[in-house]
Amino acid sequence: MSPLPLGQVWVYLAASPLLHLFATLIAFVIASRINRWAGGTPLLHPVILSIALLIAFLLLTHTDYPTYFAGAQFLHFLLGPATVALAIPLFDQRERVRRLLWPVCAGTLAGVATAVVSAVGISLVLGADHATVLSLAPKSVTSPIAMGIAEKIGGIPSLTAGLVLLTGVIGCIIGPWVLRLGRVTDPAIRGFSMGLAAHGFGTAYCFSTYGAIAGAFSGLAMGLSGLVTAFVLPPLVQLFGL
Amino acid sequence: MSLIIGMSILLGCQFLGEVLSLALSLPIPGPVIGMLILLVGLVIRGSVPTSLRSTGEGLLKYLTLLFVPAGVGLIEHVGLIRQEFWILLVTLVLSAAVTLWVTSQVMQRLAQRNDKSQEEEA
Repeated sequence: MSPLPLGQVWVYLAASPLLHLFATLIAFVIASRINRWAGGTPLLHPVILSIALLIAFLLLTHTDYPTYFAGAQFLHFLLGPATVALAIPLFDQRERVRRLLWPVCAGTLAGVATAVVSAVGISLVLGADHATVLSLAPKSVTSPIAMGIAEKIGGIPSLTAGLVLLTGVIGCIIGPWVLRLGRVTDPAIRGFSMGLAAHGFGTAYCFSTYGAIAGAFSGLAMGLSGLVTAFVLPPLVQLFGL
Repeated sequence: MSLIIGMSILLGCQFLGEVLSLALSLPIPGPVIGMLILLVGLVIRGSVPTSLRSTGEGLLKYLTLLFVPAGVGLIEHVGLIRQEFWILLVTLVLSAAVTLWVTSQVMQRLAQRNDKSQEEEA
């Protein structure tokens, strides 16, 4: 048997899901290494870096997104069970929530309302496109839930996913500054605010910077805001006919 | 075996959630309903089964990796992003700042009031 020419090997590999699944994992490993070298700065977050690496790879190899997604969908699929799994940290925090029930409820409602109204309001004032506005509405929510909401209300799920990631990075950069300006010192409140505004990125930041209590409350805020937004936003959009 | 049991619980809840979302044409994504179903189940049971905890926490540990395939989808929106770049950036920065400010201040006021009323009781 004679060996296949390299061009044909590439054609075969590019068509199979293996290549792009593998590329996604490798990109994430490389991105995590680079982030560690850079001292864990949120500006070079592993997710943002992996996405940039993969987009560069697709552009270089002239691969379109559907071909890439045929491989990467196996990872994407796990977002569903991962969303369900958010019930576990929520369950773990039930005692703490009971103690701080009133501030947590008010903080969730105020935060979710502010996040949605400010995103929709500012983008409408600045003259954003209709689909862009709808894709921005759930941007503070953790992405599996945000993408589900975007799909339901007529936004663009993949655009929402990107905006959610950017929100996370921006939240980690300006969050500590806003909290200092507002003289917020309680770790539970710091964590909760970060989780509400910057979902999983805020949670990861809190665990590493503000400690375990802030991290736990951040995870709680991420779950609660996701839940409240998922219940409230789609009917609201229908109501206002956006 | 624990991975299989844990994954079955998660997928089972998601499946029930999807079915309910479709059957009742609810505006809520199936996995979110699945999360609620699991939460109710855990509260009734009173503890998290070991198999579910190891699988669920494993998934949540690598949650950031799972965002990547969807994030690469930004490649499809290059035109839109270039066109509305400043709108998107200004919206995201302002909205994040306002959200953080309002959430932290509301909670801070209420927590202080909580402390005060507890002191008065004591």
